[in-house]
Amino acid sequence: MSLPGLLQDGVFLLCVSLLVRPAGGYMARVFERKPTFLDRFLRPSEAALHRLMRVAPEQEMTWGEYASAFIVFSLCGTVFVYGLLRLQRFFPWHDAERITTSMTPDLAFNTAVSFATTTTWQAYAGETTLSNWSQLVALASQNFLAGAAGLSVAIAFLRGLTREKSAGLGNFWVDLVRAVLWILLPLSLLGSLLLVWQGVPVTFRSTTALSTLEGRAQVLVTGPVAPFEIIKNLGTNGGGFFNANGGHPYEAPTPLANSFHMLAIAVLPASLTYTFGRLLGRPRHGWVLYGVMVALFIAGLAVCHRAETAGSPALRRAGLELSGNLEGKEVRFGLEGSVLATVTTSNGATGSTNSGLDSYTPIGGMVPLVNMLLGEIAFGGLGTGLVGLLLVAFLGLFAAGLMVGKTPEYAGKTIGQTEMKLVMLYTLASPLAVLVPTALAVRTPAGLSALTTNTGTHGFTEILFAFTSCFANNGQTFAGLAANSIFYNAATVIAMMIGRFGLAVPALALAGRFAAQGRRPETAGTFPTDSFLFALVVLGTALIVGALTFFPALCLGPIAEQLRS
Amino acid sequence: MKLILRSSLYVIVLTVLLGGVYPAVVYGLGQLFWKDKANGSFVTSEGRVVGSELIGQGFKNPKYLHSRPSAAGKDGYDPTSSGGTNKGPTDADLAKSIAAAVEEARKDRPGDSRPVPADLVTSSISGVDPHLSPDAAFWQAARIAGARGVTEEQVLAVIRRHVEPRTFGFLGEPRVNVLLTNLDLDRSLGRP
Repeated sequence: MSLPGLLQDGVFLLCVSLLVRPAGGYMARVFERKPTFLDRFLRPSEAALHRLMRVAPEQEMTWGEYASAFIVFSLCGTVFVYGLLRLQRFFPWHDAERITTSMTPDLAFNTAVSFATTTTWQAYAGETTLSNWSQLVALASQNFLAGAAGLSVAIAFLRGLTREKSAGLGNFWVDLVRAVLWILLPLSLLGSLLLVWQGVPVTFRSTTALSTLEGRAQVLVTGPVAPFEIIKNLGTNGGGFFNANGGHPYEAPTPLANSFHMLAIAVLPASLTYTFGRLLGRPRHGWVLYGVMVALFIAGLAVCHRAETAGSPALRRAGLELSGNLEGKEVRFGLEGSVLATVTTSNGATGSTNSGLDSYTPIGGMVPLVNMLLGEIAFGGLGTGLVGLLLVAFLGLFAAGLMVGKTPEYAGKTIGQTEMKLVMLYTLASPLAVLVPTALAVRTPAGLSALTTNTGTHGFTEILFAFTSCFANNGQTFAGLAANSIFYNAATVIAMMIGRFGLAVPALALAGRFAAQGRRPETAGTFPTDSFLFALVVLGTALIVGALTFFPALCLGPIAEQLRS
Repeated sequence: MKLILRSSLYVIVLTVLLGGVYPAVVYGLGQLFWKDKANGSFVTSEGRVVGSELIGQGFKNPKYLHSRPSAAGKDGYDPTSSGGTNKGPTDADLAKSIAAAVEEARKDRPGDSRPVPADLVTSSISGVDPHLSPDAAFWQAARIAGARGVTEEQVLAVIRRHVEPRTFGFLGEPRVNVLLTNLDLDRSLGRP
């Protein structure tokens, strides 16, 4: 790896690591409703909003009430977006000349569920399908709301682990508004201006027709890209303004803009580990989890980088000597910037890659796939990353406990039979939501007809990737898959919902049970869950369970492709 | 029922803030402080807009730097249809088109046995990549010099003026903006 490339990755991880404590500490204070410097501006609005909705902020919710609020809120968001998209032509800024792809009921429904679950799987191209009104009012807003909702669920989960003999997990409405007003909105305001400074447009003019230097016609498409872009990544959603997403020069014009994007994706989820440690009163617990995340992140980075640098096997056989695989990559990012973005976004449940994954080498393209299959736990999505990692930890503690003959416990909370059943619910959801639809798709003409650019093992990988991405609420894609069909719009919706609610509901139920428990005192026999050995247990569990579940599928796709080439 | 009502109200009220007030504030501040960038970084020449600094365009005239291959739209570099080839690494069609591009590129430097710069023969994911790597630009200098009737060194001097280095020395890659370089070629070495 070249020195600049190494520096790029190293400085990125260093920046994230340096921001974990301040950001994590701030989030802890925000959700504990302790004083912060923004209170002066925001408390009045917060109070007014809850008064308007007749919500008493002190009113705690049980896990069932919290989950219901979360689910109903998500469904309301879905219906709202669906309505806006279907009725797009009645709203302002609808230029019929540019918008040539129609929002059919299945596409609108798919997009609505997609954005309300932070998946932001886009079976459409922004340039030809959406008006600026839809991009902002329907989609950018959902990026905030869905991201904030996911963060709230994670906070409720952490409260479950850190409270004792409590029936309440907080108040969903309070958490939601706090996440939006204190965290996402201020950071988005700052971030979007940084992006404009780097060249991301913010205008309400949609198209500009011109004549190029050689006299050919070109139509430039612009829009309110900057305010959309920052929350796309900050809320770990990932759906881009344009079809080419993070590779489009108007979304990430410079390497520095790309760095802002990557930090926006990684910092808040990474910092939640510190928030957890703080709420628990034992920061080491948080740092150990952060260490696991970094280890997984670096492993993926190393493998992907190696594979892409080695270049395309087919091209080498054709006698073409090319330095690294640059197909589907942008010059300003190069190979290293593209790989870093791919690893950050696939781990971050954010689909905003800046290069074409479909054109990656077999093993290079397998890395984002594996990152998602392992549960997106290396920083992860906003809220879902830490929760996912903790569930893996519980699984590991359970296995370890079985081997030694002790009741597994974490942070003084007993992981008993019911708790394990809830963990298993989530663990079983992933093969169900990923492998079953993939199998269905490759056996039916409806599924196979979407393969437009690749067939065989690479086509199989495209399909597997699609359902993995939707279940993982990621949204990135091997774009050769023509996914705007009734089959895929419907099937991916199911995967997305299982991924979102299949994690949130068991997690909240677990939190409810934990909160009701007392805290077991630490004895000489307690397995220290802030130790290096614990980190190894978590890592090992993630890799082994992931491998056992998905290795066969990977053999049919990327591994076969690599061995054949 | 009460829950549904409450949820809907929160969605609507927060959307007014997040889909209305917030973008308006960003728009106002963006247009105030960075007007050209906020509007798309348009480039003008001889009184008319010829493109954007950030959006690539195709060039066919041998006197200009040619951009990377593009899969955006029928003829490439169509911003209304941004995208890449999305062809996998073991795809036979992709290998063929890259081989053809390599053959074309070799015509610019007959006798040069070094590998052709990779970005010159591959497509970007956006299809509107405005840049070339410095190597890819230098590779074309001989052809441009021949077509314009000037020395290769003169062309290289113009290109070198437009090599943007890595940010802070390590972020991203060094790159050459094709449109800006071509405009400079016209300014310094005469319009074709």
